[in-house]
Amino acid sequence: MNQAFLDYYSLEPLTGWIHRTLCGVMPEDWAVFLEGLVIGVVILLAYALLAVVLIYMERRVCGAFQCRIGPNRVGGRGGLLQVPADVLKILTKEIIRLKKSDHLLYELAPYLVILASVVSFSCLPWHKGAQVLDLEIGVFFVLAASSIGVLGILLAGWSSNSKYTLIGAVRSGAMIISYELSLGITVLTMVVLSGTMSISGIVESQAGGWNIFRGHIVAVVAFIIYLIAGNAEANRGPFDLAEAEQELTAGYHTEYSGMHFGFFYLAEYLNLFITAGIATTLFLGGWMPFHVAGLDGFNAVMDYIPGIVWFLGKTFFVVFLLMWIRWTFPRLRIDQVLTLEWKYLMPLSLLVMMVMTVFKVFGLVF
Amino acid sequence: MSKFTEYIKGYWNGTGTLLVGLRTSMRVFLRKKVTEQYPENRHTTLHIPERHRATLEMVYDEEGHHHCIACGLCQMACPNGTIRVTSATKEDAEGKKKKYLVKYEYDLGSCMFCQLCVNACPHGAIRFSNHFENAVFEREKLLLTLSREGSVLAASGSK
Repeated sequence: MNQAFLDYYSLEPLTGWIHRTLCGVMPEDWAVFLEGLVIGVVILLAYALLAVVLIYMERRVCGAFQCRIGPNRVGGRGGLLQVPADVLKILTKEIIRLKKSDHLLYELAPYLVILASVVSFSCLPWHKGAQVLDLEIGVFFVLAASSIGVLGILLAGWSSNSKYTLIGAVRSGAMIISYELSLGITVLTMVVLSGTMSISGIVESQAGGWNIFRGHIVAVVAFIIYLIAGNAEANRGPFDLAEAEQELTAGYHTEYSGMHFGFFYLAEYLNLFITAGIATTLFLGGWMPFHVAGLDGFNAVMDYIPGIVWFLGKTFFVVFLLMWIRWTFPRLRIDQVLTLEWKYLMPLSLLVMMVMTVFKVFGLVF
Repeated sequence: MSKFTEYIKGYWNGTGTLLVGLRTSMRVFLRKKVTEQYPENRHTTLHIPERHRATLEMVYDEEGHHHCIACGLCQMACPNGTIRVTSATKEDAEGKKKKYLVKYEYDLGSCMFCQLCVNACPHGAIRFSNHFENAVFEREKLLLTLSREGSVLAASGSK
């Protein structure tokens, strides 16, 4: 297949040119430092912006699933300023320090959660040549980095010195550690199919067709398992028993206020985005355009759409799938959550990985 | 049935019921939204059920005559003492003493919209209307006088 489009939108010449120009006016260490600083600011800005977009989307989608309209008053038609107004409100709120909490851990916990989320966020393949962290073991790194978040949740629950937060944190810890298994196994399934662990490598291996088409039925099953486990990883309904409002007020972040609560809230939505983004990378081809073999004219048109549009479009599609799941199913009890994982999802994902390996070895994938 | 076949069936049944749930919620998602956007739709799509009890009013015919015979049954039926009927007597042409309505006062603030007064009225002189926008800034404005100056009992007496 003609793969010239791979270079068409590459940002590498641009980034290379910027680097060379900077090196021309200052020592290389300084140039790298400056670039790192700029990229860091861009990542944090994108993080905050996407959180606003996702919260708005969640409210509208949730409204539609409940046959109502959702926010539509603040900021004229569509209520576009509702979430920015809420952000400003939360920024002005006081951060309350509890007298009998473990102060150090209590204040560390939200930063751990947001750190895990930002680090895995930086691994997403936004565009050809525009990936911030691109390691040889990228997928592995994302799994490891996103696991720091559960530590933050456990610490938050423990250090708040309250029964609700502790129960919420322990539930969340048990659930996340369990679901990380089937999540990891399905990710490994796609690593088997792609033959690489580097995120850019996985995306480029899908130039001839997205993994979900290449791996046909096995990949579809893996995709579904990934969506379920990813939803649990992000602590979102039907797996939101860590913050079951009716029993635990707000679960592990009950005692937090102001921006510390805001960090948990931000991280929850960005974890949703990261889950969707990794799903896009592994199954739906990252920033790869949609191609149908044989339809060259159609493929050429698709190539004109830049990679970031493809990536964001596919990611928001997966986000919508996750929201659809969230607003359809009732919350599971803790024993049901663990039964679902250990008795159903884990055996199934092991089977899927085995079948995928056999298919790959005997060349039964496209 | 063996444990294992039950387990395998569990996968299928579970997936099936989950898909039914997803289909149902997607149908709701695509359905027309039921939200009433109240102040904007006041003159367009606002729908108040006909039997909604919002405020008490007197029934007047085309000439502006009411049907109240000032019997005071509504006043006695009211559990809250919301209604006060002031009546007077006068002699008619045949020399019989007859009660007539002077003033019909109604306190919207203490009404609980039970409709006992309307049910008690033997002549259908009062009814509940749909005018629900009753908010005012002073309590005194809730004391309504339902009778009109110069309005007399309709010739037919009852409806």
